[in-house]
Amino acid sequence: MADLAAGRTGTVWRSRGGEGRSTRTLRLRTSAVLLTATVLAVLLVPPLVRLDQQAVDLAAKLEAPGWDHPFGTDDVGRDLLLRCVYGLRVSLLVGVAAALTATVVGTAVGATAGALGGWVDRGVMRVVDALSSVPHLLMGVFIVAMFRPGVWPVVASVALTHWLSTARIVRAEVLSLRARPHIDAAVSGGASRWRVTVRHLLPGVLPQAATAAVLMVPHAMWHESALSFLGLGLPTHTASLGNLIQEARGSLLAGQWWPTLFPGLFIIVPTLAVAGLAGAWRERINPRRRSELML
Amino acid sequence: MARLAGRRALFAVPVVLVVTFGVFAIAAASPFDPVKGYAGTAALGADQETLDRLRDNLGADQSFVVRWWHWLTSALTGDLGHSTVLRQPVTQVIGERLVWSALLCAVAFAVAVTLGTLLGVSAARRPGSTLDRAVTSLAYTLEAAPVFWIALLAVWLFALQWDVLPAGGLTDTASARVTPGQVAGHLVLPAGVLAVSQLPWFTLYVRQGVADALAEDPVRGARARGVRERTVLVQHALRSGLLPVLTLIGSRVPELITGALLVESVFSWPGIAAATVEAATAVDFPLLAALTTLATAAVLAGNLLADLLYGLFDPRVKLSEM
Repeated sequence: MADLAAGRTGTVWRSRGGEGRSTRTLRLRTSAVLLTATVLAVLLVPPLVRLDQQAVDLAAKLEAPGWDHPFGTDDVGRDLLLRCVYGLRVSLLVGVAAALTATVVGTAVGATAGALGGWVDRGVMRVVDALSSVPHLLMGVFIVAMFRPGVWPVVASVALTHWLSTARIVRAEVLSLRARPHIDAAVSGGASRWRVTVRHLLPGVLPQAATAAVLMVPHAMWHESALSFLGLGLPTHTASLGNLIQEARGSLLAGQWWPTLFPGLFIIVPTLAVAGLAGAWRERINPRRRSELML
Repeated sequence: MARLAGRRALFAVPVVLVVTFGVFAIAAASPFDPVKGYAGTAALGADQETLDRLRDNLGADQSFVVRWWHWLTSALTGDLGHSTVLRQPVTQVIGERLVWSALLCAVAFAVAVTLGTLLGVSAARRPGSTLDRAVTSLAYTLEAAPVFWIALLAVWLFALQWDVLPAGGLTDTASARVTPGQVAGHLVLPAGVLAVSQLPWFTLYVRQGVADALAEDPVRGARARGVRERTVLVQHALRSGLLPVLTLIGSRVPELITGALLVESVFSWPGIAAATVEAATAVDFPLLAALTTLATAAVLAGNLLADLLYGLFDPRVKLSEM
C-alpha cells in the first residue's frame, strides 16, 4: 500500500513491451473515469440527493443488497450506499487536508534545507532520516492517542508522518535546480537568498511537490481509515469509511458481509484510479523510464 | 561485516535519541494529564493533596527534556517504566508478547516470499499473457485493499461461512493451556492475511526483476546454446532477477509492522502490536514510548539486514566500502 500510494511501484504497472498502446490508453481512461465519478459522487450527491444518511429504519435493518438498497442496509436500517458516499466524502476530505498539510510542511523543510545547504541541510536531513525509521501507522497511533478525539488530530497525525518523503523530493529538486544557470544569474544579479528561494527555486519545485501531494491522498485516506478502524480515528458521528468497517464488525460476525465489503471497495477504487493516472502521467513526462523499476 | 554492523549500531544511537525525544515532545504538547491517566477513575474522588503527591512522584511537573533524560537513563538499566493500562512493568509486557508477534511476522513473511516468487516468475515468463495480466491486476488490487478489510472478509469466509478455521485468539476458549497444535491452527488465518498484504509488493518486484533479466544478453546466449527453458528461468533469470528484491526484504520491516498492527487487532492475536492499540486507547504513555522505540529499533535492524544481504548476494559490492 505504501509503495502504491507513493507511486513507487508505478512503473511496475507497465510490463516490458508485452502490452500495447491500446491497453495503456484503456487503463488511463478507466482510471480517469473512475476518479471523476468518485469526485462527482462525493461533491454532488450530498447537496442533490436530499436523503439523510442517518435515517434509521429498523424495519429494514440488515437487508441484503437489492433494488431498494443497492448496497444493502446496516444494523439499524441505514442505506449503505448513501453511508458509503458520505464516508468517502469524509475520508477524502481528511485525505486531502492531510496531504496538503504534509506537502506544505515537507516543501518548506525541503526547500529550506536545499536552499541553505551546509550544516543546516545535513542536520535537517539527518532528523528526517531518523523520523523515517518509525513506522508511519505506529507514529500516527501515538499522535492520535495523545491528542484525540477529533478530525484535526487525525489530519495532524497523518500529515506529521508523511511530510518526510516530500521534504526529500523537494530538497533533491532544489539541489539540482541550484546548479542551473538562471539561479546563478539571479544570484549575480544581486537577488537575496530569500528572493532566489521564493521566486526561482520554489516555482521550479512545485510540479514535483504537486505530484507527490496527489499521490499522497489515497495513502492518507488509507491511514485515516486504519486509525478509524482501530477506534482511534474520527468520532462516529463523522463516519468515514474506516468507521463504517469498524461499525460493521458486529454484523459481520453475525454473517452479514455487505456492511464490510462495500466501504472497503470505496477505498480500493480511488486508490487504483490515482495509481493508474500517476503511472500514465509519469510515462508521459518521462517515457524513457518506462521499463525502469523505481526503488 | 562486523565493522559494518558496528557502524550501523553507532548510527542507530542518534536515531533512537531523535525519535524518543520527538515522542516526549509530542507527549509534552498533548493536553492529556499523565497523573489522571495513572490514577484512572480514582482521580475523580481523590483530594488535591494526593494528586499533587502523585504528580510529584511521577515527575510530571518537570520539563519534558528532564523526563526524557530520566527515561533514557533508566531504559539503559532495563527499566522502561510501568504500563498503566496493563498494570505490569513495560519490559514484562513486551517480553510476554514479542514471541507471538515474531512468530506471526516470520511465518507471514516466509509465505509471502515463497508465494511471491512463484507468482512473480510465472507472470514474468510471458509478459502480457493472460496469466501475467491476472497476476498483475490481482497484485494491484490487493495492494490497494486495506489489510484489516481483507482480514475481516477472511474471517467471514473461513471462520463463519465454511467454519474451517478459528476466527481469532491464540487458543480455543475452552482450553487452558497453550499447545503447539492449537497455536498452529489459530495462526493460519492471521499469518495468511498478513502474507497476502505483503505479497503484492514482492510479486510485482520479482516479476519486474525476472522479466528484465529474461531480456538480457546472458539469457539470450543461454537460449541460443540450447539450454533448457527451465534452467534458463531458474538459474539465469531468477538468480539475477531476485537479487535486487532480496536485498529489499530488510527494508520492508515498517510495512510488516503496520500490517501486524492491524492484523493482530482483528484476530485478537496476543502480540505486541495489539498491545499498542490497547495502550493507545488508554493513553498509556510508558508502553507507547517503549513500543515506538522498539519498532524503530526493528526498522533499523531491517535496514542493516538489507545492507548485509546486499553484500552477501552481490559479489560486486564490498561490505568494507559501505
